[in-house]
Amino acid sequence: MLEIAVGIILGCCALGAGAAMIAGIGPGIGEGNAVAKACEAIGRQPECKGSVTSTMLMGCAIAETTGLYALVIAILLIFVAPNLFVNILLKTIGK
Amino acid sequence: MSFKKFDKFIDFILLTLAIAPIVFIIILQVLTKPESTGITVEGARIYFTIPMPIQPLPITEAQVNSLAVLITIFSLCLYLTRNMSVKKPTKRQHLAEWIVEKCDGLVKNNMDPYFKNFGPFIASILGLSAFSSLLSLFGLFPPTSDINIVGGWAILVFILITYYKFKCGPIHYAKSFCDPPLLTPLNIISEIATPISMAFRHYGNILSGSVISVLLATGLAGLSNLLLGWLPGFLGDFPFLRIGIPAVLSIYFDVFSGALQAFIFAMLTMMYVSGGFPAEDFVARRSRLSKANKK
Repeated sequence: MLEIAVGIILGCCALGAGAAMIAGIGPGIGEGNAVAKACEAIGRQPECKGSVTSTMLMGCAIAETTGLYALVIAILLIFVAPNLFVNILLKTIGK
Repeated sequence: MSFKKFDKFIDFILLTLAIAPIVFIIILQVLTKPESTGITVEGARIYFTIPMPIQPLPITEAQVNSLAVLITIFSLCLYLTRNMSVKKPTKRQHLAEWIVEKCDGLVKNNMDPYFKNFGPFIASILGLSAFSSLLSLFGLFPPTSDINIVGGWAILVFILITYYKFKCGPIHYAKSFCDPPLLTPLNIISEIATPISMAFRHYGNILSGSVISVLLATGLAGLSNLLLGWLPGFLGDFPFLRIGIPAVLSIYFDVFSGALQAFIFAMLTMMYVSGGFPAEDFVARRSRLSKANKK
């Protein structure tokens, strides 16, 4: 019985980590839009290339933040959470 | 003549001080790191713990590495700025002047004129962050992929932001949260979210790079075992596909991403500090105070 419980905990942690990384779609679309607009701007005004590029990199890094929150949660779910949950389970059973 | 020799000797000592910490932590890692097989993504290893009254204080790899980076940058700065002269500038003086001019230009472009002396702080953030991330080129643990180190920097920046917001007095500071009066809780949350998002952004970018590098290296080892496993002897076990291919990713994740995150951390510091500072109100308040003093 205990094996099944631990297995469910491990599997759900892995599923949760995978589901959390769906958040990667958002920053991908957003950054793609930002880079497309930056390319258009450079095409229209090639002399502004430097400032457009640095502003675009800045905006991309900020748009990436939500994806990185998801990454942090996925990493916590894979490397930290299983240990924690199994310990809680063992404590409640009383072993 | 002897003075010139002494001069060169000091140069040599400074350069040695710049390289020695890196060599020291490489040796320390070789001596203490346990052998690992397969996928291992670990946090910073704990070298030893110091007993403290409330909680034991662990001395981790990240702290030792960031101290080594500090010593390296400090001695490099001393080396670059030795023997400065107006008439006969040397090569390293040109380099030092270029760095200072670039940082001052960055501060001038992005911050209020009130912060014209902010160059050294921004330059130190840039240098520390970039050098720390580039440590992973030597196969060392980059201190920036530890949330504690980057969180410390973010808290420092948060204290700076709050200090400059307080320049117009506590009442003005409290008022700045009630800009649309209904949104006060949201404003407080977004104020607290600033250091958290800064720390997570920097740490997440560097950490994700190292995680992806480890995954790719493991995958390439498996693939080369599958393709070239029929070779006789130790040739069959040797992961040939690992040669060269991970270097392409390393250029992006270690060099480009590390330098970009350092730049972004410095840019965000400048923006938040300069954006939170109420420049117009500060000037008005100062002129009012000086008038009151004259009377």
